[in-house]
Amino acid sequence: MTVILGQTFTGISIGAVLLLIALGLSLTFGQMNVINMAHGEFIMAGAYTTYVLQKSISGAGISLLVALPVAFLVSGALGALLEWLLIRRLYLRPLDTLLVTWGVSLMLQQLARDIFGAPNVQTRAPDWLTGNITLIGGDDPLTVANSRLFILGLAVAAVVALSLTLRLTPLGRRIRAVVQSRDLAEVSGISTSRVDRTAFFIGSGLAGVAGVALTLVGPIGPTMGTNVIIDAFLVIVVGGIGQLRGTVIVAFVLGVLQSVLEYSTTVSVAKVLVLVAIVAFLQWRPQGLYTLRTRSLV
Amino acid sequence: MSSVPSIHRRRLLAGTAALAAVVALSACGAKTDAADSSDKAAKIDASGDTVKVGLLNSLSGTMAISEVTVRNSLLLAIQEINAKGGVLGKKIKPISEDGASDWPTFAEKATKLIKEDGVAATFGCWTSASRKAVKPVFEKNKSLLFYPVQYEGLEESPYIFYTGATTNQQIIPALDYLKSQGKKKLYLVGSDYVFPRTANKEIKAYAKANGMTILGEDYAPLGSTEFSTIANKVKASKADAVFNTLNGDSNVAFFKEYKSAGLSAATMPVVSVSIAEEEVKSIGTQYLEGQLTAWNYYQTTPGAANTTFVKAYKAKYGADKPTSDPMEAAYTSVYLWKAMVEKAKSFDPEKVKAASDGITFDAPEGLVTVDGASQHIYKTARIGKIGSDGLIEQVWDSGKPIKPDPFLKGYSWASGLS
Repeated sequence: MTVILGQTFTGISIGAVLLLIALGLSLTFGQMNVINMAHGEFIMAGAYTTYVLQKSISGAGISLLVALPVAFLVSGALGALLEWLLIRRLYLRPLDTLLVTWGVSLMLQQLARDIFGAPNVQTRAPDWLTGNITLIGGDDPLTVANSRLFILGLAVAAVVALSLTLRLTPLGRRIRAVVQSRDLAEVSGISTSRVDRTAFFIGSGLAGVAGVALTLVGPIGPTMGTNVIIDAFLVIVVGGIGQLRGTVIVAFVLGVLQSVLEYSTTVSVAKVLVLVAIVAFLQWRPQGLYTLRTRSLV
Repeated sequence: MSSVPSIHRRRLLAGTAALAAVVALSACGAKTDAADSSDKAAKIDASGDTVKVGLLNSLSGTMAISEVTVRNSLLLAIQEINAKGGVLGKKIKPISEDGASDWPTFAEKATKLIKEDGVAATFGCWTSASRKAVKPVFEKNKSLLFYPVQYEGLEESPYIFYTGATTNQQIIPALDYLKSQGKKKLYLVGSDYVFPRTANKEIKAYAKANGMTILGEDYAPLGSTEFSTIANKVKASKADAVFNTLNGDSNVAFFKEYKSAGLSAATMPVVSVSIAEEEVKSIGTQYLEGQLTAWNYYQTTPGAANTTFVKAYKAKYGADKPTSDPMEAAYTSVYLWKAMVEKAKSFDPEKVKAASDGITFDAPEGLVTVDGASQHIYKTARIGKIGSDGLIEQVWDSGKPIKPDPFLKGYSWASGLS
């Protein structure tokens, strides 16, 4: 029993990591139809921001908390810059964005290598994140790692903030308007180019926050983005493009599936089984778990 | 996908460089045809007053955390030898290549070092996968590789000198130590490739013969950073100890998760065979204090040769840089090559090999002797405990250098493994 509960918690924590890395992408890929291969490198930028801040601020706890907003700004600025330099010229050619942003991702990896060196680096987790909490005591205790709880909290906070922004703020309304019909939004007086850039800033900023979270799990390196980008795309495609709700549900379902399968088989077999499950699911629902309903004819 | 354009570029570069080399060769004819008449043998460029050697290490990717330190100590040995006049009157010129933690790249760079640079010998590789990838390259070109890292044994190549430990000099002493401490139930965790899988096969055979139980065996892809489930499995198994054959910075994620799961050296010690002082430093001692390692050398190993080595290394790379077993084996390998070349009075790999048996060197780990038959060396086994200062204190040693036995011929339980 404890094992099942423990694995479910582990799955939820893997899901939280998946959700964080996919959340920003669900805005830029899902809402704006840009296949941003450099999203992983924005995550890397957030992780390196944490590393740099820890070098300059002595307390690991304070530097981590400072890193969250700073990483959001750094990665967000990188995203907005990418949008302004390249992507805004390619909104009508979504497949070309794949090639262009892939090139950018390679350049960013090399840049990281030049600045921080090729070997991976690590950050020190603050003491209050290295321990664990016992949920069920006794002979076979069920414990949850503090760092995983922190990541879960971070993921929930990011989802809530993003969905509130999209639902309640004027900016959110404008983003949704542009997503539903770019032309109509434009003639209604919405500056679509500004909305695009802001949405890109937010999406990339969320990647930066994911990068901060990943420093609690493993090492930081120039190629860490490529390791997570596929998972992020999987979550969004299965969840239904442009659907925040789908992203959230699928991230947790895949996390739990992965961890339960991993427990009963091995890491590699579990990965294969998850991919097979995804392929089977997409045969049944090619549009993903949820689909965007619009009045547009396309 | 990402390597396609760069391979083309490298091929183009390689082609151009080879063309240039041919032109240069026919123009001055200065290169010595080292390996007698065989047309397949590598051409060693010992023209002028230098001899080139290749350094083949991962300077990027998941293995860089470990392999950069090996290159550092290779460079130190070369610098020292050059300062004392070089080898056979020639200064050693290192040509460094990045294997990028990617096995095909290792093979490609090895070919480049041998064929284009005309190196007299190559030093490097860390993972068994990279060694397996370059092995045919060195054999085909009849060129020498000095491999400085402990490995899983069950291998022999006429063109590789193994200066790290083989199984009976590291893994078996570690198992003997665990047995002597009453640790009977083991859990095996490793990276998913050659070394851990073969090592674990040997560990399972040992356990069967020695009344130990293996409660579980888990592999994570090399470079993997998601260890929460593995940590849960290890915890649920209630093992006495964990035998860790993870490589590179997967160890960072593993030990973070290990501590998060509430496991510690006191409740369930981990014996690692691939993390040394440098890795301890970057993983963080708060995750590793009290855990065990099995090696042949630690920075704290006593002896005048080690004091000199540690001092020289820190003077060159910084006072906060620790020395480790693979670094020591790499450093030693350059001196062993020098001694072999001087005994053979030639850079010709065949003559160097013929001269290798019985070569000794007063290494930082103590006196080492080359076993010409297996091309491995006699080494002392040492078990250590990681301290709060990041250094490793020896808790047990084998007393004298152990004869290398890569195919475990001396152990009846190991029959059928190779």
